[in-house]
Amino acid sequence: MPAQRPANPREQPLPGRNAPLARAVILALLAAVALCYAAPLVWMISTSIKPEEQAISRDLRLLPDPPGSTPAHAASNYSAVWTDPSIDFPLYLRNSLLVALLGVTGMTLSTAVVAYGFARIRWRGRSFLFAIVLATMMIPFPVIMAPLYVIFAQLGWIGSLKPLWLPAWFGGAFHGAFNIFLLRQFYMGIPKELDEAARIDGCSHWGIFWRIILPLSRPALAVVALLYFTYLWNDFLGPLIFLNHRDQFTLALGLQLYQSKAGNTPWNLLMAASTMVVAPVLAIFFLTQRTFISGVAAEGLKE
Amino acid sequence: MSRAANHAGPATDRFAGQRIPPTLVGLLWISPWLAGFALFMALPIALSLAYSLTDYPLLESPVWIGLDNYRALFSDPLFARVLLNTGLFTLMYVPASTALSILIAVLLNQRVPGLWAFRTAVYIPSLVPVVASAMIWLWLFNADLGLINLALRVLGLEGPNWLGSPAWALPALVIMSLWNIGQPVVVYLAALQDVPRPLLEAASLDGAGPLRRLWHVTLPMISPAILFNVIVTTINTLQVFAIPYIMTEGGPDNSTLMYSHYLYNNAFVYMKMGYASALAWVQFLVVLALTGVLWFASHGLVHYRAA
Repeated sequence: MPAQRPANPREQPLPGRNAPLARAVILALLAAVALCYAAPLVWMISTSIKPEEQAISRDLRLLPDPPGSTPAHAASNYSAVWTDPSIDFPLYLRNSLLVALLGVTGMTLSTAVVAYGFARIRWRGRSFLFAIVLATMMIPFPVIMAPLYVIFAQLGWIGSLKPLWLPAWFGGAFHGAFNIFLLRQFYMGIPKELDEAARIDGCSHWGIFWRIILPLSRPALAVVALLYFTYLWNDFLGPLIFLNHRDQFTLALGLQLYQSKAGNTPWNLLMAASTMVVAPVLAIFFLTQRTFISGVAAEGLKE
Repeated sequence: MSRAANHAGPATDRFAGQRIPPTLVGLLWISPWLAGFALFMALPIALSLAYSLTDYPLLESPVWIGLDNYRALFSDPLFARVLLNTGLFTLMYVPASTALSILIAVLLNQRVPGLWAFRTAVYIPSLVPVVASAMIWLWLFNADLGLINLALRVLGLEGPNWLGSPAWALPALVIMSLWNIGQPVVVYLAALQDVPRPLLEAASLDGAGPLRRLWHVTLPMISPAILFNVIVTTINTLQVFAIPYIMTEGGPDNSTLMYSHYLYNNAFVYMKMGYASALAWVQFLVVLALTGVLWFASHGLVHYRAA
């Protein structure tokens, strides 16, 4: 292979394409698009590190004036949010982390088991039930949210964080169908010969699942865990309906409470609070980009 | 397939040392999902259908009233209003987001320096939790001090009072929703990278310029991805809740009151569970019907590659 050839042949330019002028136009368009998409987050951070009178001034500047005062203003804004008596930010963070930890664990484990039943065991009724799994993706959450509230109330879960994480332990219940689908696809790509060899060695289904399938499926399990973590972290409607006491609020609800509380919240503090809610998902994204994007692309291929 | 037949045999032997029918083994493995489906999906669907035929103020027992809830929908002016708002929002958002995300994906599919940074910039907003997005855009849309109107002023324009005006609030929500198109862009990008290069090269040799190649080769080749994204986006947009709920609370003058928001109000604010369930079923049927229409209307427009 000639040295100058790009590793991925699909990305090779077409003959006569990407003339210098065309390239400049494409670059300019991309820069404009990227600027529009980055600006809101940049402005959020910029506002969050300014003192209030500068945050609401009409001067367009990114850093506070003088720029040397940035760390001091940033520290004072963020600590003001963290210690604000009207919202208990550390508590909401704890609740969000608890829901995410319990929910992600349950979702990953239970869909891994369920997908094994659909991918590696032949039994009558399997295709029919799998079709039902896929069909549940079509049910809009608003259709079931009112009766779900009644069911959770009957179970005594209202007043706790359980409605947000416990259903995830049951094959994901209302958000797990896609994960079951994804893991099933992945398992089906693992050679059957591995199962057969293990079976001859005396392995049970559980042994095959635990010693062969799970270790080989780490990338797919990571996708499930990541996508569900971001889902739980972002979820607003679930907490809004099922949590009825401030002590259980997650960050999403806490942030909204902060904005809507009596007396206007200063914009610089609101943006500092928003930055704190956004930061964990962005950190996870940058640490796990490849897994993440492959999962999102897979979601588009589920047709 | 004799191999597959062998398969089920020995596997079941080993379960607790005795022969268990494979169907039972299979059901056992999927039992978490079966339990979850029964309790958190099938039961609520059945209950929702039943509630929709009752008068059910949350704190009292439901009373059977037949189809009265559905009849009441027709004389409810707010029902007509939320249908109109949600329809308008969907009609503005779905075509705009589809065109924009294809355009951006095509740009991101070119070979230029700094591609990683461009892709990241476009993708990241879709990770921002919806409440945080709402806070950011409340600030950006602020009539007096918001970045958008400040930028317009630099250009010599006077921006509207976005979220405070019945005429501009809905378009403002469409604009901010266009910020969140990372997912369709990733899907389009994956589809674009699967367009066979020989096809593009052949078109190029036949004298087709970049735009004609895009229109006559690339778009038909990615049309299954377009159909998929249009359906998913339409379904999600018809259920839009959090953004209008937080940003405008349905106002001003109900100009941004969306279907799911009205449903939520009926269920959890007015405690009219029966009426809310009727609303939910109408929403479900509308979503289902529209998905079917999109699916069938697209025949002839969507090009499936021979397998």
